[in-house]
Amino acid sequence: MANTAHGIGGLKYDPKKRTKPPELNVFMALVLIIVTFEVLGWLIYRDSFLFNTRDNVDAIFNWARINIIILQVSIIGIIAIGVTQVIISGGIDLSSGSIVGATAMIVMSFAQTELVNGNPNPKAVFGAWAMDLPVLVPILVGLACGLIAGCVNGLLIAYTRIPPFIATLGLMVSARGLSKWWTNGQPVSFPTEGFAALGKGMMPVVYFIALAILFHLILRQTVYGKHTYAIGSNEDAARMSGINVARHKVLIYTIAGMLAAIAAIILSSKNLTAQAGMGVMYELDAIAMSVIGGVSLAGGRGSIIGTVLGALIFGVIISGFTFLKLDAYYQEMVKGAIIVGAVVLDQWRQRRTAARM
Amino acid sequence: MSDIILETRDLTKHYGGVHALEGANFTLRKGEHVAIMGDNGAGKSTFVRQITGVEQRTRGDIVFYGKPVSFAGPLDAREAGIETVFQTLALADHLDVADNLFLGREKIRFKLGPFSILDYRAMRDATLAALEKTGVKIPNIHNTIERMSGGQRQCVAIARTATFHSRLTIMDEPTAALGVQETAQVENIIRTLKEAGEPLILISHNMRQVMDLVDRIVVFRRGRIVANLKKEETDGQDVVAYITGAKTQPEYEGAA
Ligand SMILES: Nc1ncnc2c1ncn2[C@@H]1O[C@H](COP(=O)(O)OP(=O)(O)OP(=O)(O)O)[C@@H](O)[C@H]1O
Ligand SMILES: [Mg+2]
Repeated sequence: MANTAHGIGGLKYDPKKRTKPPELNVFMALVLIIVTFEVLGWLIYRDSFLFNTRDNVDAIFNWARINIIILQVSIIGIIAIGVTQVIISGGIDLSSGSIVGATAMIVMSFAQTELVNGNPNPKAVFGAWAMDLPVLVPILVGLACGLIAGCVNGLLIAYTRIPPFIATLGLMVSARGLSKWWTNGQPVSFPTEGFAALGKGMMPVVYFIALAILFHLILRQTVYGKHTYAIGSNEDAARMSGINVARHKVLIYTIAGMLAAIAAIILSSKNLTAQAGMGVMYELDAIAMSVIGGVSLAGGRGSIIGTVLGALIFGVIISGFTFLKLDAYYQEMVKGAIIVGAVVLDQWRQRRTAARM
Repeated sequence: MSDIILETRDLTKHYGGVHALEGANFTLRKGEHVAIMGDNGAGKSTFVRQITGVEQRTRGDIVFYGKPVSFAGPLDAREAGIETVFQTLALADHLDVADNLFLGREKIRFKLGPFSILDYRAMRDATLAALEKTGVKIPNIHNTIERMSGGQRQCVAIARTATFHSRLTIMDEPTAALGVQETAQVENIIRTLKEAGEPLILISHNMRQVMDLVDRIVVFRRGRIVANLKKEETDGQDVVAYITGAKTQPEYEGAA
C-alpha cells in the first residue's frame, strides 16, 4: 500500500498545500480596516491613523494610539477568552458583564483603605476589620465570586438541561441585581495602594496577553481543549466517545466566570472604584470579539488567536471612529452592525462547508 | 462462570409510547460472531444503545462476563471493554482523524487532570499504524472529518474500534456507505477479530456479508427477537422469511 508523507492508500496528497488557517482571514480584515482608516484620515484630516506625524516625537508609529487601542480592548478581551471557549463548546454566556459588575463591587469592598487624606474612608462598606487588607484577600474574594457564578451557570446548563442562553440570561439579571443591592447603588471607592497597583497603566495588557497565551495553549495542547472542541462539534459523539460532557461543561463555564472575575478585579483597580453599572454590555462586546475572530456560534470552530485579532479589530474600529471625530452614538450603531455582520459571515461560512459535504 | 460473554434478559426500551425494544433475550458466547438482522426500525440500534449505556433501559438485565452490569454511560461500557461503531458514527466533525480515533482516551505527555498535555506525535503515529493495519484510505489524516466522504468517515469510525483491544466489539451497519473495496477491507478486519477470538455483534442488512462472516443470526422484528438461527441451519431465503414476518420460530411465538 503506497504511503506518501501523510497520504495512505495510494491517494495523492501534497503536504505543502495544507489548508490555510482561518485566522489569516481575520488578520487580513484587521489590516484592511487599518488601511481604510489610514486612507480616510489622509483624505479628511491630512493626518495618519497608524503612523506618527508629530515632529517632536521620534517614532515611526503613533504608539500613543496603538497603546490605547490595545489597552481599551484588554479587559473585555480577557472576558472574550472565556466566552470563546464557551462558544467553541456550543454554548453562550450572557452573564459575564454582570459577573464583572457584581465581582467588582464585592472585590472593592475588601480592598478599601481605612484613611483617605487622614479622614475615615467615606465609602467604607464594612467595618475596620475589612480595611487595609493584604491585596491577596480581594483577589481571592474576586476569584471566588467568579468561581461561584460560573459554577452556577455550568451546573444549571449541564444538569437541568436549560439552554445556555436562558441559564446565563438568568444570572445576567440576578448578578446585576446583586451588584446594585450590595451598597444600595452607591459606588465603592478608595482602594489600598497595593490593589490600585494591579491595574495601573498598561498592566491590563500584560494580563490579557498572558491569559491569551495560556488559553491558546490550553485549547490546543490539552485534553480540556480537545474535549471543548469535540463537545461543540458533536455533543452526542463526544458523549458516546466517553467524554463526561456534563462535568466538562461545568468546568468550561466556571473558567469563563473566573476570567470575567479577573477582568472585574483589573477594571476596578484601574478605575480605583467599583460601580453597580460596571460591565454593562461587556458580554455582548466579548461575544462580538469572538465571532469577529472566527469563533462559530454553532460550536466546534474558533481559536484564541482569532479572538485576540477580533478584539484588535474591535479596538481599531472604536479608535478609528474617535480619530475621524465621529460621534459616540455612531460608534454604538456601527458596533451593532459589526456584530450582525460577523454572525452573517459565520452563517455563510457554515453553509459553505455544508455545501462541500 | 460459563463461556457466555454477554447475556440480556427481558431487555426492554420504551420511548414514551413507542415500544422500540421488547423483552429481548440474547446470548453471545466466547469468540462468537453474531449478526443482528431486521427491517428498518426493528429495534437493532436501540438494542445496541441499551447495551452500551448510551441510553438507560426501561427494564431487563444485562450480564457481561458473568457480572450484571448497568452502564451509566458509554464511558463505563468502553472501560468495561465494549468497543462500538455506532450507526451515527459518533465522530466530531471539526476534529481530524487522530483526534477522533483517540477522542475520550487521548494519549498524554504530561498528566495534569483535565489539563493534561496531549501527545500529538504518539497519537499520529498510532493513527497511521491503525489506518495501515485496517487498510483504510484517507489521503490526509490532518483533514477534519467534515471534509471527508461518507465512506471515509465510516472508515475512521471502524479504525477507531479496531485500534483498541476489546472484550466485545459491536458494529452497527459498518459497511452501509462503503464501496466494494472498502467493504472487503472492513470484512477483513472482522475476520481478524474472529481469528483473534474477539467476540462481535454485527448489525447488517447485507445478507451475503452476514452469511460469509458470522456464526449465528438473530432476527429482530418490530422490537422483538423472532429468530435465533445457526448459519449452517439456515439460508438467505429463510432469514428473509423471518425478517418480513412470514415465519417466526416456535420459541418466540406469542412474543411477536
Ligand atoms: N430517541 C427515540 N425516541 C423515540 N423513538 C425512537 C427513538 N430512537 C428510536 N426510536 C424508534 O424506535 C424504533 C427502533 O429504532 P432503531 O433505531 O432501533 O431501528 P433499527 O432497527 O436500528 O433500524 P435501521 O435498520 O433503520 O437502523 C423505531 O421505530 C424508531 O422510530
Ligand atoms: Mg439502526
